Amino acid sequence: MTFTAFAIATLIKILVVLGIFSALAGFGTYLERKVLAFMQRRLGPMHVGPYGLLQVLADGIKLFTKEDIVPQNSVKPIFMIAPVIGAATAFIALAAVPLLPEFTVFGVTVHPIIADINVGVLFVLGVMASGLFAPLLAGMASANKWGLLGAARTAIQLLSYEVVTGLSILAPLMLVGSLSLIDINNYQTGGFTEWIVWKQPVAFVLFLIAGFAETNRTPFDLLEHEAEIVSGYATEYSGMRWGMFFIGEYANMITLGFLASLIFLGGFNDWGFIPGGLAIVLKVSFIFFFFLWTRAAWPHVRPDQLMWLCWKVLMPIAVINVVVTGFVLMM
Amino acid sequence: MIETIAFYLFSAVTIVMFWITVSSKNALYSMSALAAGMIMISGFFFLLDADFLGVVQIIVYTGAVMALYAFGMMFFDTTREVKENIRAPKLVFLLSGLTALLLVIAFVAPIAADHIKAFYPMVEGVENPQAVGVVLFTKYLVPFEVAAVMLLVAMIAGIILAGKKMDESLTLKIEEEFQEKGAK
Repeated sequence: MTFTAFAIATLIKILVVLGIFSALAGFGTYLERKVLAFMQRRLGPMHVGPYGLLQVLADGIKLFTKEDIVPQNSVKPIFMIAPVIGAATAFIALAAVPLLPEFTVFGVTVHPIIADINVGVLFVLGVMASGLFAPLLAGMASANKWGLLGAARTAIQLLSYEVVTGLSILAPLMLVGSLSLIDINNYQTGGFTEWIVWKQPVAFVLFLIAGFAETNRTPFDLLEHEAEIVSGYATEYSGMRWGMFFIGEYANMITLGFLASLIFLGGFNDWGFIPGGLAIVLKVSFIFFFFLWTRAAWPHVRPDQLMWLCWKVLMPIAVINVVVTGFVLMM
Repeated sequence: MIETIAFYLFSAVTIVMFWITVSSKNALYSMSALAAGMIMISGFFFLLDADFLGVVQIIVYTGAVMALYAFGMMFFDTTREVKENIRAPKLVFLLSGLTALLLVIAFVAPIAADHIKAFYPMVEGVENPQAVGVVLFTKYLVPFEVAAVMLLVAMIAGIILAGKKMDESLTLKIEEEFQEKGAK
């Protein structure tokens, strides 16, 4: 392929991924409200459009037209750039994720991955981790005590759970022997019984728990715990800048869904009679639903309980899991 | 050609970022610029096809700079400028900077031309992590193990220094206990 063709193909892929995923992130807010409403026996958004479907559009108009307030004593450039970091890192992380199996359109074979680098897992996790600069900078720059508390919590919570994510994912990587997400997917071609989740159930549970903490979801959403610190790092934000944090958060949830499906749940291999492309969409949707389900079912935890859980429970289990896997592989 | 453009872009951004890190009086600007500069450096690794090192650069420095932020949060009001006693003697700065640059050029120029060669060139078909692993566990095994032991020592020291009152939970303490301590 010539360079021009490559550049154009990549550009188209980037635009498609950006468009689809920012729309999905917006739609995610609607899904979340509906699911939570049904679990709490109410109706949720109903007034705008059929079943409240146009609520997303209405929210979008509201966010775009709201006044963009920058507080007087804040560090203005950093205050303004923080939400952009949140949204940008969430989308950059998607660049190394193989979203669907290869398919052919108009006689052209499409690889639905923007950058096929051979350290895909590390890249996605690393870029998602650097997304924690968004709440941190937002909280520190907004000259607000609640913001500062939110930023401090970001630093401890996200850094601590980084460790758990890394260690939990190490065991499956030892089985596969490659850091490329496509290799990991191909390792599980054998069908339902070959999924890594059956060989590494502990790692899967640890990865999901750490995922909740890293995407800042209930029960671990201490960065913006409404009952304690008003809105945490986002206290001073309004309008579209506030919205960008949430686009980033929902995009991160979807990325995490893709990672969990690719690494543990068989990825985009055909699943019985279901073709691979549909299978991965179903798996990601289930994990997204699982995020909302947990939010409806569990209360918040305290910060000290969160740290206790990370360092005294999850990390030792993860280390033991890695050691046991190592011994099993040696034998 | 795209590599050349990317290289100069990353170089310019990195230099500007580290310039801000050094020259800014606001702790928040300095730390953010440092983080951005560190992440921009990973771009060079990607350009050289060292994907693994590039990603490691991102992961390691995200965590390391984060610790700096935590210190900044504890010791400064990061939204205000830090009062510095040095009144930036510009001439000294300029001269020492130029001297350093000249020294680098003087030492690098003779070897830059053709004496640079890779000790462990990439083998076709071996992926990045494997190549790094092979060198790390053969040639550099001893430094690797020594570094591991030193990190272990640092970790134990950290736990002992910080963990003296780990059993007491500040959140679970009743109000009276605080007052009793205050009265003594």
